[in-house]
Amino acid sequence: MQKISKSRLYELFDAIAAKQSLYIPTDREAGAAEYRKYESGMKLTKELNTVRSAKDFFFPQTENLADFKIEGKTIEVRDIREECEDFVIFGVRACDARSFTILDKVFLCEPVDSFYKNRRDHGTVITMACTRPAETCFCKTFGIDPTVPGGDVSCFDDGESIFFLANTEKGERFVESISSFLEDGDTDRLMEVQTRAREIMDKLPLAKLSTENFGGDKLNEYFNSDKWAELSEACLGCGTCTFVCPTCQCYDIKDFNTGHGIKRFRCWDSCMYSDFTKMAHGNPRLTQLERFRQRFMHKLVYFPANNDGEFGCVGCGRCLAKCPISMNIVKVMKALEAK
Amino acid sequence: MQVNENFEPVIVAFCCNWCSYAGADLSGTNRLNYPTNVKIIRVPCSCRVNPMFILRAFQKGADGVIICGCHPGDCHYTSGNYFTRRRITLLYSMLDFLGIERNRTRLEWVSAAEGAKFAATMQQFTEDVKALGPNRRLEDLRCRKQ
Amino acid sequence: MQEAMIKRAKELLADGSVDRVIGWKRGEFAYDITPAVFTTAEELDRDFVCDDFTAANVSKYLVKETQKEGKILAFLKPCDTYSFNQLVKEHRIDREKVYVIGIEGGPKLDIEKIKAKGITGILSVKNEDYTLKIETIYGTQTMPFYEAILGKCASCKSKKHVVFDELIGEDGDVLDSNRFEMVEKLENMTAQERFDFWRDQLSKCIRCNACRNVCPACTCENCVFDNPKSGIDNKAPADSFEENMFHIIRAFHVAGRCTDCGECSRVCPQHIPLHLLNRKFIKDINELYGEYQAGADTTSRAPLNTYDKNDCEPSVVHERGVE
Repeated sequence: MQKISKSRLYELFDAIAAKQSLYIPTDREAGAAEYRKYESGMKLTKELNTVRSAKDFFFPQTENLADFKIEGKTIEVRDIREECEDFVIFGVRACDARSFTILDKVFLCEPVDSFYKNRRDHGTVITMACTRPAETCFCKTFGIDPTVPGGDVSCFDDGESIFFLANTEKGERFVESISSFLEDGDTDRLMEVQTRAREIMDKLPLAKLSTENFGGDKLNEYFNSDKWAELSEACLGCGTCTFVCPTCQCYDIKDFNTGHGIKRFRCWDSCMYSDFTKMAHGNPRLTQLERFRQRFMHKLVYFPANNDGEFGCVGCGRCLAKCPISMNIVKVMKALEAK
Repeated sequence: MQVNENFEPVIVAFCCNWCSYAGADLSGTNRLNYPTNVKIIRVPCSCRVNPMFILRAFQKGADGVIICGCHPGDCHYTSGNYFTRRRITLLYSMLDFLGIERNRTRLEWVSAAEGAKFAATMQQFTEDVKALGPNRRLEDLRCRKQ
Repeated sequence: MQEAMIKRAKELLADGSVDRVIGWKRGEFAYDITPAVFTTAEELDRDFVCDDFTAANVSKYLVKETQKEGKILAFLKPCDTYSFNQLVKEHRIDREKVYVIGIEGGPKLDIEKIKAKGITGILSVKNEDYTLKIETIYGTQTMPFYEAILGKCASCKSKKHVVFDELIGEDGDVLDSNRFEMVEKLENMTAQERFDFWRDQLSKCIRCNACRNVCPACTCENCVFDNPKSGIDNKAPADSFEENMFHIIRAFHVAGRCTDCGECSRVCPQHIPLHLLNRKFIKDINELYGEYQAGADTTSRAPLNTYDKNDCEPSVVHERGVE
């Protein structure tokens, strides 16, 4: 496998950034990492993952869809779509990389979401294998091996060097473009690091969590479960879990009157909000219990029912870390399973 | 700061129906000039001005917002403007705390008999805001005219 | 203290004084504690917890709980009693339906501060003589207790319970806290510096509404930001204006009612120091209209619900020192 010495990594970043936008996870302040556009001098975070997920690159929190200009009795519709420029995201974790394939199932099925596809086509995802998972990690539950992350290019850190492995054509083109920085390296040390990381994975508190009791055929079993009342009791109805989630994909479309025209935009929506799916006739989910149930049923039952058994969760652990009242998918799974 | 001589600020003036709006009227019938930058919004009482109105004005393109009401003690509803005074003091203080230029916001008591004061106040406020330049710190980029 | 609380809760349940108990339920890890309602002795024995991580203020839940049948026992820390009292004052909580046991307050721990030290894989956190011993998958680590306490506890305003039916442990005093230090620091900056500070902070906002939804002063049935008829409802910060709008208006709506419980900053997933906005209002109110502590009593008039004929004019803002 080809590698680069870690001491030359920022040199490589400078070279990539000279050609196209490069985003890396970096520290804005202690304990709160985020993806930022790379500029010389910026350092990679030591945090395992960013507070907000990498889905923002392809499905941003807000984006304009169209502009309307009204003059007299004519409405002019302006298509504001532009071809997006090529960009590279470095340091995506295996969980977030898997979330892209989940989002693809939503946005790239017919009719294709051209806004999403545009960014997806132009973005190169470079993942980074995990060596120090946190207690909140449970990606293994969803069949993800964080020591072999997906994406266009996978990177592995053996302590001294970063190894690059192309997984897709786009990835091959990328590795080719940086080949002058790379040299062949032997992977003995890397194998050791991987083995150690897998051992840690098995020791994580949530290592035993399994999806065997969930799936598309469990609708009747769980929908009317009496556990929801207790589980949702303390829920604040905030959108933290949905907004830090790499796989939540609900959005709302609204028109904004600028005073001299209309901007039609979409923004993330959260099933936890009281006006989620509010329609002309009212709201189909009137209580927090129903809204809370929607979120977890969607991830554990509805999504697999419609997507060949794939779950709508990647086990990144963000909701575990960020929920103000510490209610999360793990607690829900365990409570529902307990007979 | 670069001063644009041609910059004409948009000023939104919330005027109480009973005093200040009549004051504006009086300045008109007395043929006193005040800048055309000022857009008056009539409110039943200065205490009708919800803080959101002020922010909304800035959002939709105002460069300065001024509230005019009856002098304390003269409120048509007895005590409305006393509440205005507390609320608006705190709100302006908060805007200042967030780094929004102080001179973009003002409150002035103008009675129905003070046509001259109304015109002079608007003249002065418009000049102050003009000196500050366009509102950039509390603007909604989507609303900026291209 | 936890043992005494469980014992007393069981007694009150058993003799029928209360029907339910609101407290905290242990989670998967050492720190992920959820507010919960308990109805049986078994549940209390199994799940009830009160430790260094039970920082959540349960007062707001009592709005819903007191609309139900029966009486509920609530364990309130000193800071929570202020929120509770304020809600009683606003007729949001039916005082008759709550049995309040005052418990000793913090300082409580902030798991994010522990994680910010690079400590990960946390299995347990023990306080040994004000040194935290943290067991992790990667070995044992230690850090000083006081470096890991919540921001709201570091500037604690009071150890006094302003309302209780009985106490477990000691009652304390109102403290001479340093809570306005940061507000003062900001006031002494230039307008540009203040603007840059808040732009940097508020641009992190993801509009998750956690600050609003956890806030014991925010108990509107339908928030103006959720109401399509208000014309300002929004779900996402489309640009910098909307973040400003949301946080200014939210702080304003709780001005004079905010007890400074600090929950907004505690729950913010983006670590925005939102309590500074509320403290600015509290400080202004104290300076301009006389000392006032929301929630300290249930009878006084809130500063924005009253006035004085000799109040200062808004021009005081324009006449202050630094621009």
